Amino acid sequence: MADEHRAAPEDAGTIELNVNGASVRVAVDPVTPFLEVLRNDLGLTGAKYGCGVEQCRACAVLADGVAVPTCATAVGSFVGRHVVTVEGLSRGSDVLHPVQQAFLEEEAAQCGFCIPGMVIGAVALLDRTPDPTDAEIRDSLAPHLCRCGSHARIIRAVRRAANSLAEARSVAPAAGGRPR
Amino acid sequence: MSADIVLPASLDAHPDLDTWLRVDPSDTVTVFTGKVEIGQGIVSAIARIAAEELDLAMDQVRVETADTVHGLNEGHTAGSMSVEQSGAALRQAAAEARAHLLGLASAALDVPVDALVVRDGTISVDGPADAASHGEPPWTSGAAGRSVSYWDLLGGRRFDRRASGRVRPKKPSAHRIVGRPDARRIDLRGLITGDTRFVSDLRPDGLAYGRVVRPPTRTASLVDVDDAAARAVSGVIAVVRNGSFLGVVAERESQAVRAADLLRRRANWADGTALPAAGDTATWLREQPGRAFLVVDGTPITEVDPAVDAVEPETDGAVESASGEPWTLEASYSRPYLMHGSIGPSAAVARWDDGRLDVWTSSQSVYTLRAAMSIALDMPMERIRARHVVGAGCYGHNGADDAAFEAALLAMAVPGRPVRLQWSRADEHQWEPYGAPAYLEMRATIDGDGRVSDWCHDVWGTSHLSRPLAGGRPNFVSGPLLDPPVAMRVPEPTLGKEVGIHRNAAPIYDFPRQRIVKHFVAAMPLRTSSLRSLGAHANVFAIESFMDELAVLAQVSPIDFRLRHLGDERACAVLTEAARAADWHGERSTTFGHGTGIAIARYKNRAGYAAVVARVHIDDATSRIVVDSLTIAADCGEIVDPRGLVNQLEGGALQATSWTLRERVEFDETMVTSVDWETYPILRFPDVPSVETVLLDRPGLPYLGAGEITQGPTAGAIGNAVFDAIGYRLRDMPLTPDAVRRAAATTDSAWAAAR
Repeated sequence: MADEHRAAPEDAGTIELNVNGASVRVAVDPVTPFLEVLRNDLGLTGAKYGCGVEQCRACAVLADGVAVPTCATAVGSFVGRHVVTVEGLSRGSDVLHPVQQAFLEEEAAQCGFCIPGMVIGAVALLDRTPDPTDAEIRDSLAPHLCRCGSHARIIRAVRRAANSLAEARSVAPAAGGRPR
Repeated sequence: MSADIVLPASLDAHPDLDTWLRVDPSDTVTVFTGKVEIGQGIVSAIARIAAEELDLAMDQVRVETADTVHGLNEGHTAGSMSVEQSGAALRQAAAEARAHLLGLASAALDVPVDALVVRDGTISVDGPADAASHGEPPWTSGAAGRSVSYWDLLGGRRFDRRASGRVRPKKPSAHRIVGRPDARRIDLRGLITGDTRFVSDLRPDGLAYGRVVRPPTRTASLVDVDDAAARAVSGVIAVVRNGSFLGVVAERESQAVRAADLLRRRANWADGTALPAAGDTATWLREQPGRAFLVVDGTPITEVDPAVDAVEPETDGAVESASGEPWTLEASYSRPYLMHGSIGPSAAVARWDDGRLDVWTSSQSVYTLRAAMSIALDMPMERIRARHVVGAGCYGHNGADDAAFEAALLAMAVPGRPVRLQWSRADEHQWEPYGAPAYLEMRATIDGDGRVSDWCHDVWGTSHLSRPLAGGRPNFVSGPLLDPPVAMRVPEPTLGKEVGIHRNAAPIYDFPRQRIVKHFVAAMPLRTSSLRSLGAHANVFAIESFMDELAVLAQVSPIDFRLRHLGDERACAVLTEAARAADWHGERSTTFGHGTGIAIARYKNRAGYAAVVARVHIDDATSRIVVDSLTIAADCGEIVDPRGLVNQLEGGALQATSWTLRERVEFDETMVTSVDWETYPILRFPDVPSVETVLLDRPGLPYLGAGEITQGPTAGAIGNAVFDAIGYRLRDMPLTPDAVRRAAATTDSAWAAAR
């Protein structure tokens, strides 16, 4: 019984991942939840443990541009995918991602625990739907839970981000303006 | 200044300026608060107040929140009193610190204090640099433009002074930071970039990971456990058993999860007592042998016989006016057990090393936690340090203290290793201390002039106070599991002004005869404690629903009916402002299925005022109540941080919308069955109304707490809007689609009759 759960790093092979534009190797059992690897092995604690059963999206990251939960998905299934965490949106730069800047300007956070997931969800939405309606914003954020009641501000922040991204595109169409 | 010098209470208790402020060696000033950041923005409010009084830029102020090594014990961070208490103390301390620094500068520059100005911590001699050539007073000769900074004068050194109360803080008209909308919360950026380290994010060197195995019922005891399989999981460092407390520590988090799961499956428990019948908590409360107290001016003054007195009004029968017959109306209301439901389950880090215990916690009171741990662990307090680290949203007494204690139990099994305990989602849903349920019976008589002459309010509930050290006990959820057990307190009624069950039981209205009775139910099959606004949510829901029912009876607009009973001008102002902002004048809906409602309260009858107008419609297909908009008007005294204030007011209103429409802790005869977000649904984005907030600023008037003031009025406004929409009065929260259908099946709609 116990043998099937052996997951010591020394027993495990290494897994190669692409996180925030860099290639990283981790020595973990491939069935380890990806969230644990991000938070405990890579020190990327922006994604949070909220429920462990994919019901709140506090753990969301971008995988090939799509917002996905990580709390109940094995690290092995992220091999070969380009993963971007909330830290990767602005890391190494004083300039925030336009979505983060919009959250800042709208003060769209209270305790802030759910906010990294919200930012990731909003980036994925605007990548897919650059000019979302209010209903589209609400629907796309429906899997994300907030308990402090910051919803109204978060919606405004996403709207603001859409506007600033559109502005950036019209100023420099050749540069593309897609968030990355 | 008048002869009566009154220091703010927190400053009076801790008068040394060094307790509050430190001029760092260079560039910054550190301010200390005994309060903690729980998402209410206190760090920013404190920083703003300090920057204002000390004439510093915001980025020159650092804030350190509660840590037992500071010795600045300001009690719990609760009751919407952070700014009221800590802010007021720090404002005075900072003003005195500035005056002291100006005195030092005056000596150093050899000019009178009057001639000095401060900007960003640099004190300069006022006037143009060439003042001497313009016939200025002799002391300015050669002095104008010279300067000395706070850091030159006192950098890295102590004030060694006590607050005197003889220095006046700035006049509001001189404020350049406080009350201005342009400065943001200083902690916002880290929250948005993911850089902020919550307590569940801490990764000290040598970190190990802990999990706890919960009993299958509230009172089960552990008979035996086969821990061989758990110990065989690679990376497991320790299996911890103390009585019925069971936990595990491992090198990796998933190893701890796996081992805890194996322990759970191999543990034999003797089941304890069953839970009372599910689903009808209101009836259960009403039937419990409670203790009853007559509440006068918000304070329970005398115990009364609940069997006799509770049903007798103070005056027998209603007064009959000259112009007509009096009417008497009765109605009962309720709210279920509610969860805090933080998005992050409780977590804590503890390290036991060389006989000393270090705890990192998101507790609302690190001092109380330390004292409670000292009792429960039978360890001198001096050997425990508890420091605050931000946690996921805190709306009262949640599992943070319990997690800190359990982390300590695990850490003491692995000396030298810091252990991070993470509660699972099910741990949190099933074991957090819930918001107490309430049952209310209201009765009022309206005289022939359409005024309330008699008002009776009976409210039943369980304790709102199970915090550590309440009743002198540690009160940790795992305490009773230990061998020997560390028992929980036996709940006692709280008899202070405006606390617990009777918070906001006193109406805001001037009714000539009032009779308010608090019924305290000691039994606590599910642990209950402080949840944002305590009894105010249910009491204001009942009062404001009932006022609406009376307004209908009196055939008066709900706005006018309230105004005719409101003597407090500030209350009248928020009520009329909310209605004006919502562009609603109290007229009844003319479209079935769509309605508008209003409600008002002054939280604790002494904190901030809030009035809310809700517009709702009922979805035809699902019977679901959809809140389309909330309009809030609030008067919280002088405004420190308008954007932060709006965030608190709106957040409270949206959370209350979720409580009022969606939430109820479900349980069967053995255990809570709300174990995740599907079995305990809360408000999601598609359900969120638009929210508009209007602030009534009162410069120069005292700060009034805002964090809990919209819960009650929001609930009342929604209930009233539902009645306006469909003519059915829903009196039991949550106001679910089932409740709408049940009401429609058993009641004739009053919709047409009310119009």
